[in-house]
Amino acid sequence: MIAVYVIIGIVVVLAIVLWLLYNGLVRLRNQVKNAWAQIDVQLKRRYDLIPNLVETVKGYMKHERETLEAVTKARNIAQQASSAGAGERAKAEGELSSALSRLLAVVERYPDLKANQNFLALQEELTSTENKISFSRQFYNDSVLRYNNQTQMVPSNIVASMFRFKAGEFFEVTLAAEREAPKVSFTK
Amino acid sequence: MWEQIRSNQIRSVVLTIGMGVLLILIGYFLGLYFFDNATAGLVIAILVWVVLSLIAYFQGDSILLSMSRAKKISRDDHPRLYNVVEEMKIASGLEKMPDIYIIDDPALNAFATGRDPNRASVAITSGLLQKLSRDELQGVIGHEISHIKNRDVLLMAMCGVLLGTIVILAWYGSRFLIFGGAGSRRSSSSGGGGGAGLIILIVGLVFMILAPIFAQFIYFAISRKREYLADASSALYTRYPEGLASALEKLGASTGQLKSANKATAPMYIVNPFRRKGMKASDLTGTHPPISERIRILRAMAGASFNNYDQVYRQVHGGKGVIPAASLTAETVPIATVKLEGEAGELDEMQRARETSDVMWRLSKYNTITCDCGAKLRVPPNFKEPQIKCPHCGRTHQV
Repeated sequence: MIAVYVIIGIVVVLAIVLWLLYNGLVRLRNQVKNAWAQIDVQLKRRYDLIPNLVETVKGYMKHERETLEAVTKARNIAQQASSAGAGERAKAEGELSSALSRLLAVVERYPDLKANQNFLALQEELTSTENKISFSRQFYNDSVLRYNNQTQMVPSNIVASMFRFKAGEFFEVTLAAEREAPKVSFTK
Repeated sequence: MWEQIRSNQIRSVVLTIGMGVLLILIGYFLGLYFFDNATAGLVIAILVWVVLSLIAYFQGDSILLSMSRAKKISRDDHPRLYNVVEEMKIASGLEKMPDIYIIDDPALNAFATGRDPNRASVAITSGLLQKLSRDELQGVIGHEISHIKNRDVLLMAMCGVLLGTIVILAWYGSRFLIFGGAGSRRSSSSGGGGGAGLIILIVGLVFMILAPIFAQFIYFAISRKREYLADASSALYTRYPEGLASALEKLGASTGQLKSANKATAPMYIVNPFRRKGMKASDLTGTHPPISERIRILRAMAGASFNNYDQVYRQVHGGKGVIPAASLTAETVPIATVKLEGEAGELDEMQRARETSDVMWRLSKYNTITCDCGAKLRVPPNFKEPQIKCPHCGRTHQV
């Protein structure tokens, strides 16, 4: 009789553990999904800001047609790639980011533009959107890491393979600008 | 690594329980003296504590905000501040955007409040807002957001209430004991053991005096731990410890004291609102770790992860680290070396001061008219005339 109780007890405990592990995995997977949606929101915000920026800047920058066209083109390509997978999309967005940073670097040469209230407001929005993109990417990658760790570690890996929790894909961006980051060195 | 809160709270909970024991002892002594009945004292102590806790839980944030005369702002009032808070909200994975308040005070400080992450606010003084560059602001807001994320705000509010209850009970208890209260007790139980009663009286009196001091030490110890953790989180969120470090440098250089702060609310702020020049490095009575030490740790970080912070902390202090082991992961988190923002469109301090004062006037419902001569006319809300004349050049403007 005692043996039966013990077996029932073990089964119940196992069921509870399974239930907790499963819920934990679902929570992490949802967090990854939410984080991905966050990136999406910010990328869309950037698509919306760029035509405004180009319109404001155009009048001042007569000699920077190429830079402006590059930005517009990169934006359109990125927008088209928005339905693609994380890898391809990250590449297109990286291109856009570097085109934008080239444009903002050129702004330095136009003091009139830097005094334009409208431009300053746009620049703040753009800077912040760039930050939000990288912060949401950061949070997304952290979430993916945590989720993947959980699907690979004992004992939750058993639950993960039982219910087919697939590993998440990281959002890696190799910005041209990030690769060519200026190195500040203090020579002694 | 985002779940470090729970494990780290164990240490804080142990300390909180210590404060709870002090409260119970006070109740016990009070009961023994005034009612000849320990239970009555306990009931009173716990009743006072429960009532104060409920008030703090449901109204604490609005009391704190209205006490510091903070004004709530929207995105349009100060886009940069709003954006920075939103950036940190995203980086920390907080679900709801906290409310943002500005306190019109030239002192430099900031705090976070709200009982849970879904009902949180951050407040910053106008002085600090105009002093900080964008990166520094990000570091400070990252620190505040992590107080929300780590639920420090609720913990500190609850500990504050516990401390407050102990202080109130001990104050009244010791006064009654000295002036008359004890006398009435002696007459009510005349004939009882005089000598033993006297000993208990003295022990109780000493305890009444010491308990609030002990409670305060515990409270400050909890507070300091949470500050380190919030600094580490801010570095992790921003991936740029230098931002917070240089903000702290500016905060440390000023000793302007915040008018609206008081001793009980001090741990809520990013730096101690009552700091003085040359405060001792390892001050046991400080609500915050010394600023110079916080800066040193942030600057010495090799990467932006909790691991890096903990390593430096252990070098500085020796012995155990400040981050709980459960949240230390081996992964490397590089520090962002290139900040694409800033250089191009960053406002300098003068421009930020103008911007902030514009916001403060607008929040007080003043209408700002910029005259062609460059003068700014601030029209008060009770100004009824349809036109106003510029006192500088004499042009007339429609209101």
